[in-house]
Order: sequence, then structure tokens, then C-alpha cells
Amino acid sequence: MGWTRDEIAALGAQELRDGFYVNLGIGIPTLVANYIPAGMRVVLQSENGMLGMGPFPFEGEEDPDLINAGKQTITELPSSSYFSSADSFAMIRGGHIDLSILGAMEVAGNGDLANWMIPGKMVKGMGGAMDLVAGVKRVVVVMEHNSKDGAAKFKPRCELPLTGANVVDELITDLAVFSRPDRHSPFQLRKMAPGVTLEEVRAKTTAKFLPPS
Amino acid sequence: MSLPAGPKVYADARAALEGVVRDGITVMSGGFGLCGIPEKLIDALRDSGVKGLTVVSNNAGVDNYGLGSLLKTRQIRKMISSYVGENKEFERQYLAGELELEFNPQGTLSERIRAGGAGIWGFYTRTGAGTLVAEGKEQRVVNGDTYVLETGLVADLSLVKAWRGDTEGNLVYRKTARNFNPMMASAGRVTVAEVEELVEPGILDPDKIHTPGIFVQRIIRGTGYLKTIENRTVRKRPAAGAP
Repeated sequence: MGWTRDEIAALGAQELRDGFYVNLGIGIPTLVANYIPAGMRVVLQSENGMLGMGPFPFEGEEDPDLINAGKQTITELPSSSYFSSADSFAMIRGGHIDLSILGAMEVAGNGDLANWMIPGKMVKGMGGAMDLVAGVKRVVVVMEHNSKDGAAKFKPRCELPLTGANVVDELITDLAVFSRPDRHSPFQLRKMAPGVTLEEVRAKTTAKFLPPS
Repeated sequence: MSLPAGPKVYADARAALEGVVRDGITVMSGGFGLCGIPEKLIDALRDSGVKGLTVVSNNAGVDNYGLGSLLKTRQIRKMISSYVGENKEFERQYLAGELELEFNPQGTLSERIRAGGAGIWGFYTRTGAGTLVAEGKEQRVVNGDTYVLETGLVADLSLVKAWRGDTEGNLVYRKTARNFNPMMASAGRVTVAEVEELVEPGILDPDKIHTPGIFVQRIIRGTGYLKTIENRTVRKRPAAGAP
């Protein structure tokens, strides 16, 4: 069983705080925007050059000059601003963004993250992911707990080329939530999806982690 | 209706590229995905027939549009990009060893271009430390953080797209179509801009110019923009009469 994509997104939204500037990656992270608690002020940054991302446009109101980093048509808000890619990454690299939520192929117990390349197979590129994990204050990863063939994706060391070394603060999968208080500490299991047991999480994870306290 | 005239103004994209393109040059091309790409100038570059190009662009277009059309005709020898996931022909050429590729993190790419245009030879950044991107590059540890040396990028020719421009080459971009265009305008030895609306000096508010004309050597007005949307996403209108 485990959590659905939307339930994972809702768990990601629990990381939001009032006044946060947040960058959401493509896929499940984008869905986090649907779970911003009512009354909380959160500003979404899109690394292609926008602060204050609004919802998708109504049909017929799409503007080709207004897209997010996933190339989806979006809208602006009264509070929005536009800027160049250089200014955008000054915000990201300069530590001005509070939270980055992004997807992954592998996460390691030491906080390493891999999400941009499978040598000889998949060549897409890292986009802004390396800058985000290097510069944003808090990095939350969401991913499927296991690959389609059942292999662990939360493992002792990443086997794929890294996006960043020791950069992950929290990991949310369809089975469980792991986090750590700082980047010198090991991950601890914080939550499990309904019906999921510690034994199951252990069996499907090769990274070392602390059991729930 | 006659177009505003001036020494920087060219009749069309083909004319604007005359004398500034040749085999083997480095070309910067603005845009993010298909948003804010210089579509008229890219077509003219393809039609010029030049080969062996090194192209600096965040993305590589889609299969038949934007830079994708120059990949099809094999005019590109090397790409410097951050993300090429929307282009299957690109992936095929690269995996077959027919195309050279240098991946740069998006922020490193934009800063390399900014630095190149600003006369800054290099800079240190935390981005990419401990990854393939850092391999072979000088690194420094400052206050416990590892920084990687990245160098500025310049181009023989920069192609940029703006919303409005004047005959002096002053440019104003629109919404997220700005992206890489301003830095690329500053980093081209010759920069050619295409705009949807070309006006006389004095029409654009000097306080709202995004790219000052000093960075632009040639300018054209483009017509019939396709402005293809890669990923059309919409929401439902609330039903009439709904609360």
C-alpha cells in the first residue's frame, strides 16, 4: 500500500512555514502547492525567473511567455516579480530560498542525492537541481521508496552520479518519512504510511537509519 | 507601415546574420525551453548553412522547432546546456557519439554567461562540489565549504529575443521570456536581437529598460511568432453561478 502522490505532497507541505520562499521541483513536488495551509503566506519561486507563481490559467488564457520550470503554463499574482536566470540563481545560490522540495532517483544515508543522470542510458541534464541543493537552506526529497524492480533507492551510497554531496535534510517516500536535525546526523524514521511496519521499511531500505524514537 | 530605421536595424533575420556567421563559431541562444527563444534568428542560422557550431543554450529546443531544427541538420558540433530532456534527437546523437555535450548546472551556466559579459574571468561556487561537474576543476575550501572554479563564457554571436526594442537596441522582455536573454546579450561579441515590436527612441521608459542598447549591435522586428507552448496546463473555470 503506502501513501499516494497527493498524500506525499501533503506531507511535503508540512515543511512549509509562514513567510517561506520555496522552490518546488517537477512532478510530485509541484503538487505541494495544492496543500499550502489556508492563511499561510508562502511565495513560490520558479527558477526560470519568477517569484510569486500563481495557479494554472483558465482554458484560453494560457500565455506562452509565462511558464514555470516544468514548462507548464502558469499565471501571475499581484505580488509577482520577474527576473533573469542570473538573478534567479543569485536567490538560490545566495541562500535566500528557505526550502527546496525535489524528486530523486537515489538518496544515500549520508545525505547524498542523485537525480540527474543514468550513464549511457538517460541524458537529460541537471537543470537547476545542483544549484538548488547547494544553495537552499533546507532540502526535502520526495521519491518512490523502491524502483520498479523492487530495488532500494534509499541506500548506503548513491551509485548514480551525484547531484549534491550531503545535501538532503528530509526524505519522504510512499512508505515513510526520514529526517535528521543537521547534516552531521544520521537519518531517523519519523513516520510510516498506514499499515506499513518497521520490518517492511527495513526490508525495503539498504541505507542505515535510526528507528523511531 | 514603414519600420523605424537606424544603423542597428536590419530588414530581417537573414540580413542581420550576414557577415557574422561562419563555420565553427560559438553561438549563444536565449530562452528557457521554448519560452523566449529567438525563433526567427535560429531559423536564419539554420538557413545560412554554417556548420560545426558550438551552441550555448539552456535547452536544445524540441525535435523540429528551435535549436532542434539545427540538430536535425547536423550543424551543431557541441552544446553547452543544463537540460535537454525534451529532445529525443539530441539524446540519440549524444548517445551515438555524434554530438559533444557539456552539461552545466543551470545557475552555473547563467552565472558563467553573466561573468563573461561582465569581464569576469572566473568565480568560485558551491554548486557541483563533490559531483562530476567538479572533476578536473580547481577547488577551494572556505569555512568548511568546498567551492568549484567556473570560468566566464563569451560567444562570437549571441541571438536574443525580447518583447519590445528600440532602434538604439534597448530591450524590454516580457514575463518569464526574459530568462537567459539579458546575460547572453552582454556576452556576445556581436549580439543580434529580435523583437515583436520595434519602436523609435523615447517610446520605451528609460527606467524600465532591461538590456541597455550598448549590448545589442543588430536588431530586427520578427513577425508571425509561433511561441509554441511545450506543456499546456489549465484549470477549470468555476461554473457560472457557483458560489
